[in-house]
Amino acid sequence: MSLTRGPRIALGAGLWALLLASVVLAVTFGPADIAPQEVWQTIGHHIGLPMESPVTRLRDAIIWELRLPRVLVAAGIGAGLALCGAIMQALTRNPLADPYLLGLSSGASFGAVVFLLAGAALLMPIGAFLGAGAAMALTLLITRLLGGATPSRAILAGIAISALAAAGTSFLIFWSATGDSYREILSWLMGSLSGTGWGDAGIVLSAVVFLGVPMLVSGRSLDAFAFGDAAAATLGIDVAQLRWVLLAATALLTGALVAIGGAIGFVGLIIPHVVRLGTGSRHRVLLPVTMLVGAIFMVWTDTAARSLFSPRELPVGIITALLGAPIFLLVLLRYRRVT
Amino acid sequence: MSAGLVFSEVVVRAGQSTLLDGVTCVARAGRLTGLIGPNGAGKSTLMRAALGLVAMDSGSIRFGDADLPAMPRRDRAQMSAFVEQSGASEVHLSAREVVMLGRIPFQSVWQSTAGPQDDVAVDAALAAVGMTGFAERQYQTLSGGEQQRLQVARALAQQPQLLILDEPTNHLDVHAQLSILNLLRQRAQAGATVFLALHDLNLAAAFCDELVVLHHGRQVAQGSPQAVLTPALLADVYAVKASVLAHPHSGRPMIAYDLPSD
Repeated sequence: MSLTRGPRIALGAGLWALLLASVVLAVTFGPADIAPQEVWQTIGHHIGLPMESPVTRLRDAIIWELRLPRVLVAAGIGAGLALCGAIMQALTRNPLADPYLLGLSSGASFGAVVFLLAGAALLMPIGAFLGAGAAMALTLLITRLLGGATPSRAILAGIAISALAAAGTSFLIFWSATGDSYREILSWLMGSLSGTGWGDAGIVLSAVVFLGVPMLVSGRSLDAFAFGDAAAATLGIDVAQLRWVLLAATALLTGALVAIGGAIGFVGLIIPHVVRLGTGSRHRVLLPVTMLVGAIFMVWTDTAARSLFSPRELPVGIITALLGAPIFLLVLLRYRRVT
Repeated sequence: MSAGLVFSEVVVRAGQSTLLDGVTCVARAGRLTGLIGPNGAGKSTLMRAALGLVAMDSGSIRFGDADLPAMPRRDRAQMSAFVEQSGASEVHLSAREVVMLGRIPFQSVWQSTAGPQDDVAVDAALAAVGMTGFAERQYQTLSGGEQQRLQVARALAQQPQLLILDEPTNHLDVHAQLSILNLLRQRAQAGATVFLALHDLNLAAAFCDELVVLHHGRQVAQGSPQAVLTPALLADVYAVKASVLAHPHSGRPMIAYDLPSD
């Protein structure tokens, strides 16, 4: 299963091509009939390539203002969530770990809702950062109070924090939201990319590029965790420092993603598992492939969310949960057999 | 390097209890030194202190010229390796990839593939534990003994002058235990300092050149198996009555436990 250099490059190039094709095709889905070629030409025109924009202003706006940013948001969120999941699974040596399990997503949702209801909708990403960071700090603190970091303690602490944050969020919504805002918040909480634009795409993509991509460098250090903290430390890894840096980066990234897309579940859990079956556990390969597959997966699930029951839209979180829950059960059963 | 691993007056406390209470002992280069003692005597703590995994309250642990617990992690990982008893874990790596983990201290974070020296070291380590034919097998599909041999190979891939092993033969069948200990004895004969904790006193007597005995966080004896494993010490430290015989071929001590008579 170990890939040598040649096949690895081929795999990377293939996945990038697939992602690009997915983005272009996903843009063509929707009420107005648009051909892939029009999408290419419109994108080329807008990024300054010497191409005539061949389409009318209306179609140009549909492609460039309406659909493309949303598809890019989906790709960024998929890549980011899948990466967070893979890193948390390696750090906690727990195949069931992901941002949701350790309470980060619920914390981020809570922080975002607080800012939203306080009338500072534009500052929601900051609220989500703070919420995710606070949830992570509390999870780590409780883990320590329980007697030190073992995977099961971290997960139990995460569940407690998740429940607390979810209760806080529900309370706030029940107390203050009315009419339309109620429905809007609920849909966002379930995970929905409806109505996202270039501003959102900017936040998501820069979070993925500036927080996610640097984390890829930790790949070899994460390999050292395969047999636990002591083994990693005796392979020369600064275990405590690496864990702090990566968990903090994961919290920030989760915060940014949740602020835009809401609590989209299971992506961080299932994508790394599926990829691991194909590439093995070496993180130098696993992490980038996980990001690419996560991006492709979210592009298509979000496309399904907005077109399956068109003109009605499903929150994409429902689709990822429908696909993810059975895979989650499989992982659970397999894990039980191993231990 | 000639002096090997030297513990001087090592004290480790955890809260109110004293885990190590001034331990002084030596594991010499080129020899297989066994660390024995009942559960809770401080064997694991002593090994972990040497590797900087447990903080010392006072004392020193030196390997050759190096202050082992205080030196930079990566430098330490380039001269010493650690093997624990293997626990169950879900690891999607091939046997070869597991051994390649031992090369992490020698690789840069930017490097994308293993270098030629890494391949040479990994091949040599696999050959040393007799697992060359298993290189492409998945770690999880191997038996407990094979997995443990790979853990030793992973340590050997670090090309360590110092090998520290915490009960590496636990949960293994007799054949696997003997093959691991044989392997470690060969590494010692090749010049490495090998320091291992063992539970099975007969195995310790059969393989080790020298034994260190810990009891309640103190070193109570160090010397050859013949000198250390006496009925009096076994009664003192382990609270068992035993007769010590001589092996018919090697002459090494063999312990026959006298069952309590009712």
